[in-house]
Amino acid sequence: MDDTSETGNNGIVLKCEGLTKLYTSGLIRTKTVTGAKDVSFGIKRGEIVSLAGESGSGKSTVARMILRLIKPTSGSITLNGRSIYSYDIREYYRQVQAVFQDPYSAFNPFYTVDHVMERAFGLREGSIDPDEKDKIIQSTLESIGLNPSEVLGRYPHELSGGQMQRMLIGRSLLIGSQLLIADEPTSMIDASTRAGVLNLLLSLKKDKGLSVLFITHDIGQAQYVSERVLVMKQGEVVEQGPVDEVFIRPKHPYTKELLAAVPTLYERWDTCR
Amino acid sequence: MATHILEVQDLRGYYRGTFGVVHAVDGVSFTVDRGVVMGIAGESGGGKSTLAQLVSGSPPPLLHLEGGTILVDGIDIYSINPEELRTEVKCKRMSYVPQSSMESLNPVKRIRDFIFDVVRQRTGKRIASSEEKAEVLDMAANHMKTLGLDRPVLDRYPHELSGGMKQRVVIAVSTLWNPKLLIIDEPTSALDVTSQKRMIEALLNLKRAGTIESMLYISHDLTSLRQLCGECIIMYAGKIAEIGDMEETIDSPRHPYSRLLTAAIASYDSKGRKMGELKSIAGSPPDLRDPPAGCRFHPRCPYVMDICRTKEPPMFWAGERKGGASCWLLTSQAGQ
Repeated sequence: MDDTSETGNNGIVLKCEGLTKLYTSGLIRTKTVTGAKDVSFGIKRGEIVSLAGESGSGKSTVARMILRLIKPTSGSITLNGRSIYSYDIREYYRQVQAVFQDPYSAFNPFYTVDHVMERAFGLREGSIDPDEKDKIIQSTLESIGLNPSEVLGRYPHELSGGQMQRMLIGRSLLIGSQLLIADEPTSMIDASTRAGVLNLLLSLKKDKGLSVLFITHDIGQAQYVSERVLVMKQGEVVEQGPVDEVFIRPKHPYTKELLAAVPTLYERWDTCR
Repeated sequence: MATHILEVQDLRGYYRGTFGVVHAVDGVSFTVDRGVVMGIAGESGGGKSTLAQLVSGSPPPLLHLEGGTILVDGIDIYSINPEELRTEVKCKRMSYVPQSSMESLNPVKRIRDFIFDVVRQRTGKRIASSEEKAEVLDMAANHMKTLGLDRPVLDRYPHELSGGMKQRVVIAVSTLWNPKLLIIDEPTSALDVTSQKRMIEALLNLKRAGTIESMLYISHDLTSLRQLCGECIIMYAGKIAEIGDMEETIDSPRHPYSRLLTAAIASYDSKGRKMGELKSIAGSPPDLRDPPAGCRFHPRCPYVMDICRTKEPPMFWAGERKGGASCWLLTSQAGQ
C-alpha cells in the first residue's frame, strides 16, 4: 500500500525503507533470529500510525531502531528526508522522543517529578533562566490537561499511572519534538485513565501537528486513536493501510485471525455462547 | 447441599502494618450460584484480588479477616480448623489460582515431576509405584487435554513453554481434584490477544467438561469478562458498586461508576461504527487508609448529591435480587 506521497504541508516526517534486523547469537554455531524483516512505512506530519501485532512480532524492534537504540542490519530510516544517523544524537532526540510501557520506572523515585521535567531542558538549545523554566513547565502541564499544583512537587508514587504517562508525553512536548514513539503507553495503566492518554495524543496531533507511532496490541485502542495501521507478524508487516480498511475489511489471513481474537465489550464470541 | 457454591456475608478484610490500616474489602456480600461464572471487575486498588485472597482461605500475612463469613459449598471456611480446610475445602471444593501463578512452576523440574510434588504435598503420600504415577499422569493429561494442551507437555520444562501454556498447566494442576469452584485472578493479563482468547475458551471447556462447576473470575478487563461471565460484580474502593447480569451491567449500567468505566474503554468494533469520545474517570481511587465518608465514589462522581457525602448508600435491588447497585440515585426507582 503506497500512500506516502507528499501532499502540501502534510509532508513525511519519518520514513522507513526495507528495515531489517537480525539478531545473532553464539560464536561458532551462530543462530539468527529475525527481529524485523523488510519493514517499510512512512509517517506524515500530524498523523498517528499504529503498529499492531502479538508479542514477539517485532513491534518494539522497529521502535528501537527508530530510536537509534539498536542498529538495523539493513534498510534505511530517514527523518525529514535525512538519514537518522546523519543527525547529531542530541539533535535527533530533540526531534524524536519516546514514551514506554512502564511509567513507574521512567521516573526516579528519589526525586520529585519536577526533576524529570527540568532535566528535559538539557536537550533544548541555549540556556533558560529558572523562572522561565517554571513558566514553561506550568504552561505545558496545563496544555496537556494536568493541574500543575496537583502534580508539581510530588513524588512519582503519589501520582497515578495515567498522570505519570501524560507527564512523560508532556515532557516530550517541552523538548519540542515532532515525532513521538509510544510503545504500549497504556498497557500498564488502568482502563479508567487510559482514555486520558489516548485523548491527549489525539489533541496534540490536532493542535500541534505531532506525529505518533503508536505501538499496541490492543486493537480497540489502535482503532480509536489512529488513521493508519500496520499489522506485524514474526517481524514482517503483513498488512497496512487505513484503519477502516484493515480493521473492517482485513485481507491477510493473519489479520483476520487476530481480529477474531479481540474481545469486544458488546458482543460475545460464538465459542463462548 | 447448600444452594450456593459461594456465599459471602458482610466480608471485611483489612491490611494492618506500619503503614496503618487499609480497608481493602469493606462490607462485601454476594452469592455465586452453582454453574455460574461470576466476574469481578474494577480499577486496580478496588479490592478485587484482596477479595479473592480472602475467599481462597489463605490470606497473605498482613491481610486480616475483620468480620463476615464465607461459606464455600456450605462450609464456613474461617471457622473450621486449618487441617480440615486443607483436606476438605481446598482443591476438592475450591481452588485458587492467584495472579501471575505461572511463575509458580518449578524451573528445574519437568511438568510431570512438578505434578508429583503437588500430589504428594496434597495427599501426604509419596508416589512410588509406576502404576500410581501413570494414574496421576493420566488424570493430569486428561485435564490438560480439555485445556488444549498435548500430553508431551508433561515432559517439558517450564522454560520450554509459552506464557499461555504455563498458565494452562497451572490451571490443570489446580483443578486435578475437580474443585467445584475455581477462583482465578487475572489469568490473561500477561497474555496477548490470541493466547488470551485461547485461555478464555479453555476455561469454558473446563466448565463444559464438568471439571469445575462454577468460577470466580477476577479481571480488570471488562471486554474479556464479557466473553466468559454470566454475572459480574463491579468493585470500587473495597465495596460492591454494582452486581448483576453481565450483559445488563455493560449494556445498561445502574451505577455511575460502571457507566463511566464502560465509557472509558476503547472496544474494537468490526463494523467500524464510530466510537464516541472516550472519557477517563476524573480523579483517582481514594486512599483506603482513610476512605471518604458516605459513598466512596462521591469525590469522583459527576452526579454527586448532598446525601452521598454523608450517608453510605445501601444496595438497591432490582426485581428479585437479580441485580443491584449501591447508589443514592436509585432511591426513586427502588421506591424507598
